[in-house]
Amino acid sequence: MNDSLSFRKGLTDGIPICLGYLSVSFTFGMMTAENGLPAWAAVLISMTNLTSAGQFAGTALILSGGLLIEIAITTLVINLRYMLMSLSLSQKLDPAMPLWQRCLLAFGNTDEIFAVAMQQPGAVSARYLLGLITTPYLGWTAGTLLGATATGLLPAAMRSALGIAIYGMFIAIIIPPACRLRPVAAVAALSAALSYLFRYLPGLKNISSGWVIIFCALAASAFGALRFPTGGEQPEEGRK
Amino acid sequence: MSGPAISRILLSTAVMALVTYLLRMLPVAIFKKKIENRFILSFLFYVPYAVLAAMTLPDILSSTASLFSALIGFAAAVLLAWRGKGLLTVALGASGAVFLAERLLSLL
Repeated sequence: MNDSLSFRKGLTDGIPICLGYLSVSFTFGMMTAENGLPAWAAVLISMTNLTSAGQFAGTALILSGGLLIEIAITTLVINLRYMLMSLSLSQKLDPAMPLWQRCLLAFGNTDEIFAVAMQQPGAVSARYLLGLITTPYLGWTAGTLLGATATGLLPAAMRSALGIAIYGMFIAIIIPPACRLRPVAAVAALSAALSYLFRYLPGLKNISSGWVIIFCALAASAFGALRFPTGGEQPEEGRK
Repeated sequence: MSGPAISRILLSTAVMALVTYLLRMLPVAIFKKKIENRFILSFLFYVPYAVLAAMTLPDILSSTASLFSALIGFAAAVLLAWRGKGLLTVALGASGAVFLAERLLSLL
């Protein structure tokens, strides 16, 4: 296990994610307030779900009068990618971690927390992961509360600028390993290209974004695994 | 403005939370042993990048007020990340570039 991964380092590594979450959850809070959902409900949804696209879609269904089963299936489809990510994470966790800790920490396995945890060298300890979840969780909750109570606080120009923040984080996670390892660049490019096709090709563009992400990730990762097999940490061939 | 009933909010929130939590918890709880299969290990190594890439494109292009400002922000993010800047610098740098691009556009 990597002993340098303390709770404090987790908290610090979580700060950039926390700030990115502030802007996204602020938008979520505003959307709910504008549609007549009470602020406490928006905060409750953020604190129990901790997921962007999934809770946006679920909340839209609550507001539009969707059936419970629709809400359940939509959440399932959009968030199915978490199974893939949790499977990846299960191999990264300290093997000595007790089951209850694994089950507890799984709650915080968001796209960004997952990606940062996977970037750490060696196995990840419970205390590091707890820290890495805590700061973003606070940001997600606080941003929702601010957005739900202070609608109109941010001018439209600021909101538009902050809309790109979360994608900036994704790019910051993808580019450095993609520069070092050609297979990572190839897999990311393939996945993005497939995702692009799904958005614009007739017949494909009506498929829900949850399915699109799953299909693209499965296909691109399988391509990478066949073409550039790794030892679990680094691809063995095709290194720059 | 009248919103949905409290009981409906609570029940729906519980359903969303439960579904999301089970998706995250089950694989972590079930796969405690190390996987040895090389294909699966390689596959799992690539998953984070593939997921994030599919989430970024093409959604980033419609994340701001106009395609032009989104492209400027996208370029700024790639440039900053390529120069090895951290998550926060890249995220705020992209936001700053979008803000400037939209001010510039409004002047034209």
